[in-house]
Amino acid sequence: MENKELTKVDLIFEKIDNTEVLKKAFNMTQAGIIQDMLDSGLKGRGGAGFPTGLKWKYTAAENSPDKYVVCNADEGEPGTFKDREILDRVSNKVHGGMVIAGKAIGAKKGIVYLRGEYRYLLPKLMPELEAFHKLIKEIGFDFEIEYKMGSGAYICGEESALFESIEGRRGEPRNKPPYPTVSGVYGKPTSINNVETLVTAMMIINHGPQKFISYGTKDSRGSKVFSVSGDTPTPGIFELELGMTVLQFVDEFGDGDTKAVQVGGASGFCVPRKKFAETIIGFEGVPTGGSMKLFNSSRSMYNVLHNYLDFFAEESCGQCTPCRVGCQQLLKGVEKVKKGEAKSTYLNELTKLADTMKIAAKCGLGQSVGNAFKSIVGNFREEIIY
Amino acid sequence: MYQVGNLVRELSDKHGRVRESLMPILQGIVQKHNYLTDEAMVEVARELDISAAEVYGTASFYTFLETNVKGKYVIRVCKTITCSMKGKSDIIQTLEDILKIRVGETTTDRQFSLVETNCIGWCHKAPAILINEMPYTELTPEKVSAIIKDYMQK
Repeated sequence: MENKELTKVDLIFEKIDNTEVLKKAFNMTQAGIIQDMLDSGLKGRGGAGFPTGLKWKYTAAENSPDKYVVCNADEGEPGTFKDREILDRVSNKVHGGMVIAGKAIGAKKGIVYLRGEYRYLLPKLMPELEAFHKLIKEIGFDFEIEYKMGSGAYICGEESALFESIEGRRGEPRNKPPYPTVSGVYGKPTSINNVETLVTAMMIINHGPQKFISYGTKDSRGSKVFSVSGDTPTPGIFELELGMTVLQFVDEFGDGDTKAVQVGGASGFCVPRKKFAETIIGFEGVPTGGSMKLFNSSRSMYNVLHNYLDFFAEESCGQCTPCRVGCQQLLKGVEKVKKGEAKSTYLNELTKLADTMKIAAKCGLGQSVGNAFKSIVGNFREEIIY
Repeated sequence: MYQVGNLVRELSDKHGRVRESLMPILQGIVQKHNYLTDEAMVEVARELDISAAEVYGTASFYTFLETNVKGKYVIRVCKTITCSMKGKSDIIQTLEDILKIRVGETTTDRQFSLVETNCIGWCHKAPAILINEMPYTELTPEKVSAIIKDYMQK
């Protein structure tokens, strides 16, 4: 496997001439923009990692007069705060990415779905958006962006739940297919992209795909923004080249006593110290939407797991049984084992339940609860029992 | 209790009487009155010509669309892992002492409500809270007391 050194990169927040990039995009063809995305190998930065070029290609292929670009700014994964920072510092690039996506797929409308927790950003974002609308009109784009607010529901970061919420309903995920590229918000073909993905797309148009490919590995092209928190002397936002190992990451950000890193938030994977050197952060190893939480040896991994399960039990939308009941039973189960009310072998039963949820849950929330559960129980079993 | 008829009409005029306006309308009411009364939800249902059950069903799904009485300032303390590791309990303790209420309660003068919430996206500056829309970060018991005392003066 390829492995890169830990390298800091400055592309997401770098100062660029937005007008020039947008003019360049305006003069490109639909197919040209999509080809650049395909060539770059960009995968979605929200966590799931679907190739952006393909998403745009599929949406572009749909024959509909009404299409939408939706920016997923419902950043709720515990440990992720990069999208807030990106919107706060370079909202024009987010809006710019939406216009470029709109040109690529043939959409005239964009919607930013911003989580309710970030409502305080609106007084700054609205004037920026107004100036942006003026700018793109001068260039010649026919595109308009509006903001829709969330109201405190983690599940609304799931794309189809997000559409339901925009449409004024409970944020309950839909059955797939049809996929959003065919039937998304208001039943129209929709390209839904993460905040950072849209900024990266704008950067790829600016520099060309070759520069992007020069960063990262075969499976994980480019750089991405990491949200670093927990037991670290330097918490914050860092844009890093993809392809480093957890060990390299810990050497840079750890406090010298790191025993585990939770990569990808509550729905991600726990990497214990003994696996730091062999685990690559990226799609060939542990994928992440950017959440990196470090735990040192003073932390109880039972508390970490309990906190995550409590989170999922509350945030499960309750629509499908495997997730609704599964989250509650996993939570109750680890409590029982901890209190000695159930034997330690009960953890094996709970692991089977986590596996069932992965197969049977309707959406990514229920399917990924097992990631944290199995990686924490698997690596820190004694901490869960005693 | 509050009278909500005019506000619901204003919000319906602004956002339009269609289903996709339901969230912005409910959010608008909560911004002004901090929670949704049964009367408010019935009024919204009437304006949008949908059933009150649809309105309640939607509102009750979202944590920030409160359907129980809430104070003028809703204090949401993040309880997710990093904030929990970095002193969330001390912040709660301090708030409970100052406000003389427990988590989940509202002060008798209806000024403050104290609740816990899931990750609000400030893990690098934990512990963090929201007071209505405003985030406050890197809190200590001293810092949070000063902030609440400021709000008490308002």
